[in-house]
Amino acid sequence: MKKYLALVLALVMALSLVACGNKTAEEPSGDGDTTEAAGRVFWLNFKPEADGTLQKVAAMYTEKTGVPVTIQTAASGTYNETLTAAMDKEAPPTMFVVGNQAAVDTWGDYCYDLTGTPIAGELTTDAYNLYDADGKLCSIGYCYECYGIIVNEDLLAKAGYQLSDITNFETLKAVVEDIHSRAAELGFDAFTSSSMSSDSSWRFTGHLANLEYYYESVDDPDAWKVCPPSIKGTYMQNFKNLWDLYINNSAVAPSTLAAGGYDAQAEFGKEQAVFYQNGSWEWAALTGTGADQYGLDNLSMIPFYCGVAGEEKAGLNCGTENCWAVNAKASAEDIQATLDFMYWLVTDAEVSRMLVDEFAVMPYKQAAESTCGFLADANAYAAEGNYVMPWVTNFQPNVDAYREAIVAAMNQYDNDPTDANWEQVKTAFVDGWAVQYAAANG
Amino acid sequence: MLSQSISMGVIELKRKHDAAAVNSSLVRRPIRRWAPLFMGPMLCAFAIGFVYPFCKGVYLSFCKFKTTSDAQFIGLGNYIKALNDASFVHSFWYTALFALVSLVFINVLAFAVAYALTQGIKGSNLFRTVFFMPNLIGGIVLGYVWSMIFDGILSRYNTSILLETKYGFWGLIILMCWQQVGYMMIIYIAGLQAVPEDMLEAAKIDGANRWQTLWKVTIPNVMPSITICTFLTLTNSFKLFDQNLALTGGQPYIIQSDGSAIKTTEMLALNIYNTFYGQNVNSRGTAQAKAVLFFLLVAAIGLIQLRATRKKEVQQ
Repeated sequence: MKKYLALVLALVMALSLVACGNKTAEEPSGDGDTTEAAGRVFWLNFKPEADGTLQKVAAMYTEKTGVPVTIQTAASGTYNETLTAAMDKEAPPTMFVVGNQAAVDTWGDYCYDLTGTPIAGELTTDAYNLYDADGKLCSIGYCYECYGIIVNEDLLAKAGYQLSDITNFETLKAVVEDIHSRAAELGFDAFTSSSMSSDSSWRFTGHLANLEYYYESVDDPDAWKVCPPSIKGTYMQNFKNLWDLYINNSAVAPSTLAAGGYDAQAEFGKEQAVFYQNGSWEWAALTGTGADQYGLDNLSMIPFYCGVAGEEKAGLNCGTENCWAVNAKASAEDIQATLDFMYWLVTDAEVSRMLVDEFAVMPYKQAAESTCGFLADANAYAAEGNYVMPWVTNFQPNVDAYREAIVAAMNQYDNDPTDANWEQVKTAFVDGWAVQYAAANG
Repeated sequence: MLSQSISMGVIELKRKHDAAAVNSSLVRRPIRRWAPLFMGPMLCAFAIGFVYPFCKGVYLSFCKFKTTSDAQFIGLGNYIKALNDASFVHSFWYTALFALVSLVFINVLAFAVAYALTQGIKGSNLFRTVFFMPNLIGGIVLGYVWSMIFDGILSRYNTSILLETKYGFWGLIILMCWQQVGYMMIIYIAGLQAVPEDMLEAAKIDGANRWQTLWKVTIPNVMPSITICTFLTLTNSFKLFDQNLALTGGQPYIIQSDGSAIKTTEMLALNIYNTFYGQNVNSRGTAQAKAVLFFLLVAAIGLIQLRATRKKEVQQ
């Protein structure tokens, strides 16, 4: 009797182990019968906030065509790690995001050349596409965004100004400093907090920094066709102009910014500040009327006025890190299935409507119209002949390490804003670029 | 006296019988036959979960790779890069200093608490539970909670734990003490309770005061616990990752004049992680080489410790 019991127990143990093994082996594909349909689609999604919509879209496509579509979403800020792990699995993603030049360097071999594919033919602009050194079309933009300084025009009016009063850095500074000095009386301040914790520091080390790179690239366009090995830092003073304006004209003490923990979006949403540096992706949260949305009405976005000559003609910073790449190492069937899926996403009226509501805009001929006011501002600036500032920031080498060092240096500066500390920021910003470039390409 | 020796004899006899029984082929044969079945699953799990990844990790440290299945052998280059990396060397010394300081603090405090709680104070059990509880909280959560506590205090002085290396260092020491003291305390309590009563009584009769009893009787008797705790705190400190990541993440940095940055509060494990993910794929092999060096270091500490423990066992 005991013998049988032992045998049964041992069998249970062995079987449970086998069962465990099966589960992990099946996980990446998400479905067992990939062989039935011709090819499969596995999209490793970059935008956690879009996951709900994308799952719906995936189900719709499978229902329509029978092609299995798996959508896996990387947790915020962990795309690189997730992609590295997923690429190693038996069924790797067939569709993934390669959003900047550094990613092209990393994943270039994995990118299927999209030149001449039907989806590439649907694009309305080449501005958001990424190419490798040999001119291979590695990834194509599926949405683009813009950033700048968001203004609450209602509050601006309460303070006695209007948007047309702000045309360059001097006028912006005058308005901001006046509002800040009357903050107690007005009941709101000029800028939202500029927290340097990792949930917010990218607004400055990534987006605000763009003005420095952009104006440098205007001076020397040839050097900036690809990622330059070093930068000059010619416009660091302009970067500092705006940064000083942010930290000295908000309700929080600059020395507390390092620890962070502030919620700038909520401050702006609750009308505690007039100005908020962020991007078009904030439109839904700030103007929507659902739960966790703020229902603000009168918002605009203005350029980074930072004291550069001729900046009255500046426009918004437009670009994207949202670019689709197709896995060249997938089977031919899977590649074809993925290309068909992508084509459907940007041409089907119903689906593109759903996606545009999520992504704000998609640069494709048959895609639905955008409803985002900030992107409308960007287009209005461009229509008036102002120059668009593309996302030169996307060239940042070893982007995480590079930005971390700038954050650390800026923290020291915020706490003790001396020239010596600003020199450290400059060193991290300018010389740090060369160091990271060498590390990335060495 | 006589009955005692008889009963001793009986016990002795029984022991012999037991030994004979275990050695008899009747018992041993089924054990031999069924051993693979019982050992097998565990062995498989060990091989899949540890041996294979470990060997592959060592192999990858000699490679240039993007994904682990797509590696290209390049020889010792990664090790040369790792050893020439100033941030790695810095993090090694920082970790060593941290390990040493935390070793002293955690063990002294844990022993003191254990000693106090074995003196028969009212509510000892409650205190033991309370002191043990921080162990049940994950490192990342602890790191964030403590960073809020420290910044809550430091912001009054217009600074932050992210701005001064010394705050980061002592902050982590305080955090680790808070977390680990309770655990070590349990081990010490077990050791203290095993100190023979008669020895303590004899010391008392001989006129030893409390201080002398502590140093001459209690501490020599809890040496095994001390060895275990030293070992645990030492390896824990070397392997520390979550708390380090969440509390300071390596800040503040020293920005060197050539533009490179040294993360002053970055420990070994975090350095390896940052090398792997924070930089571009060329450094993944370097990170892997660092990880192998890191393994050798921790293994060496473990082996030295094991030898020391064995010696102590012989003495008893």
